Amino acid sequence: MDKTVNQKAWFLVLPVFLVVAFSAVLPLMTVVNYSMQDTFGNNQFFWNGVGWFKELLDPSTDLGGRFLASLGRNLFFSLVILAIEVPLGIVVALSMPREGWTVAACLIILALPLLIPWNVVGTIWQIFGRPDIGLLGYTLNAIGIDYNYVSNEVDAWVTVIVMDVWHWTSLVALLCYAGLKSIPEAYYQAAQIDGASRWAVFKAIQLPKMNRVLLIAVLLRFMDSFMIYTEPFVVTGGGPGNSTTFVSIELVKIALGQFDLGKAAALSLVYNLIILIVCWIFYTVMTNAGVERKVQASSKPAVEPKPSVGLKPVPALKPREGVA
Amino acid sequence: MHSIPGRRLIMGLFLVFLLLPIYWLVNMSFKTNSEIVSTMTLWPHNPTLQHYQRIFTDESWYSGYINSLEYVVLNTIISIAVALPAAYAFSRYRFLGDKHLFFWLLSNRMAPAAVYALPFFNLYSAIGLFDTPWAVALAHCIFNVPLAVWILEGFVSGVPREIDETAFLDGYSFPRFFIKILVPLIASGIGVAAFFCFMFSWVELLLARTLTSVHAKPIAAIMTRTVSAAGMDWGLLAAAGVLTIIPGALVIWFVRNYIARGFALGRV
Repeated sequence: MDKTVNQKAWFLVLPVFLVVAFSAVLPLMTVVNYSMQDTFGNNQFFWNGVGWFKELLDPSTDLGGRFLASLGRNLFFSLVILAIEVPLGIVVALSMPREGWTVAACLIILALPLLIPWNVVGTIWQIFGRPDIGLLGYTLNAIGIDYNYVSNEVDAWVTVIVMDVWHWTSLVALLCYAGLKSIPEAYYQAAQIDGASRWAVFKAIQLPKMNRVLLIAVLLRFMDSFMIYTEPFVVTGGGPGNSTTFVSIELVKIALGQFDLGKAAALSLVYNLIILIVCWIFYTVMTNAGVERKVQASSKPAVEPKPSVGLKPVPALKPREGVA
Repeated sequence: MHSIPGRRLIMGLFLVFLLLPIYWLVNMSFKTNSEIVSTMTLWPHNPTLQHYQRIFTDESWYSGYINSLEYVVLNTIISIAVALPAAYAFSRYRFLGDKHLFFWLLSNRMAPAAVYALPFFNLYSAIGLFDTPWAVALAHCIFNVPLAVWILEGFVSGVPREIDETAFLDGYSFPRFFIKILVPLIASGIGVAAFFCFMFSWVELLLARTLTSVHAKPIAAIMTRTVSAAGMDWGLLAAAGVLTIIPGALVIWFVRNYIARGFALGRV
């Protein structure tokens, strides 16, 4: 679809611009300001230049060591949950029932974990996993597996990962399901005539159609897991030791716990920058994929001449047609 | 052809995996605290409503739900109202810096809440909105407005341009066209966007907790009070947790037919 150039469109985006600028640019200015200063309380600030940034990137200092360690843990966590959630989400989407009331039932149950407040998700897993009162913890210990997420690092990690899989796999599954639903029946019939195997159907029809939504899924999952805070904080509190302290937890500890504004601000900026870069890469890939698709679509010869919609009276257009 | 062998089994197992922890929470909420601590029972042997009773009769508890709903609804209305015209602009027009603006918006959706907690605290204290639902509603705009623009843009793009042109030829003014024709056409999209704004504002805790202290404290923050000197009040915590799931479940019920498409952000 060709868009017309119209600078007046700025008036339409102005409200959004103002609202987001108010809540994003203004606070970010404060952060930049703090990141260059040191404070000893009492609202007295001292110029510190790029000192915090130097310290932040130097693993031998306390701040740098904490930041880089939590960054490493966070990247590892994001990769693990992506490696589990994306394939599992695809499998679940492919397992959706075809029709009938079970479809709606499955969709509702799938969406349920997504609407639970994040600290309640933490609470649920805390209650579920505790060796004394939790079904999971109790059962595991009863069959002879020594499981305690409070004292054992590996158990804490497993709990946090399983919790995230529980919480967010549905998102991937629902996205993939939406992609699968958009495949016309004719494609499958054609594949059947050609005698294509299940795997071939998946590779040649279903996966390409899910491409775009998968990209959104990976983007959202990566970003959200990269800034995860509440759930592990409630369950493990970042422990045992520092073993599940992710970047956000470290940041909140420094900013609101120790009130070390300079350090926290410097960390925030670097953290934000990493997210911005990753986001930009995804965005570029995503828009390019969109362009390719449009080029493909427009290169199809106009076999069916479009009916002259332009002359139709407006009331004749039912909402359904427009949105479908 | 659509699905894979053993799909019923896979789906069944996955649903059990999703429901089991929730069942355990519900189960706990109906047990007495002594039953929780002393024995391991798969269902409540002495079912009790005492925890729910306490939440519904103690104002410091139930006001949390009202506070939460207040800022969530405010946020949803603000987000949709500002995002609608912008979505139309992004979908139909090219203008100076449009792509950069869109990316900038998107990057704000991805910004970690932890980064903004402290500056928001300063900002909203300075302008006197601290501890009001407005502070939280505005703060949540940072991730909900971009998301709403993103979703609505997808739905507006699904409306053929010819409709706009015809409407303008018929003498509709822009505001009238927008309200009378476009909004009804993308009604389901608006529903989906509202659903997402509701969802992300409802589940967020870090900002909501940082920006409130007494009067606008969200339920999620009040729940942390169950840790007391006498130990954890597990039953009460579980009951409060169950009650936070209910609004979400209700909202899902209303949008159940659009869930799948909605999660694809109108982009399938």
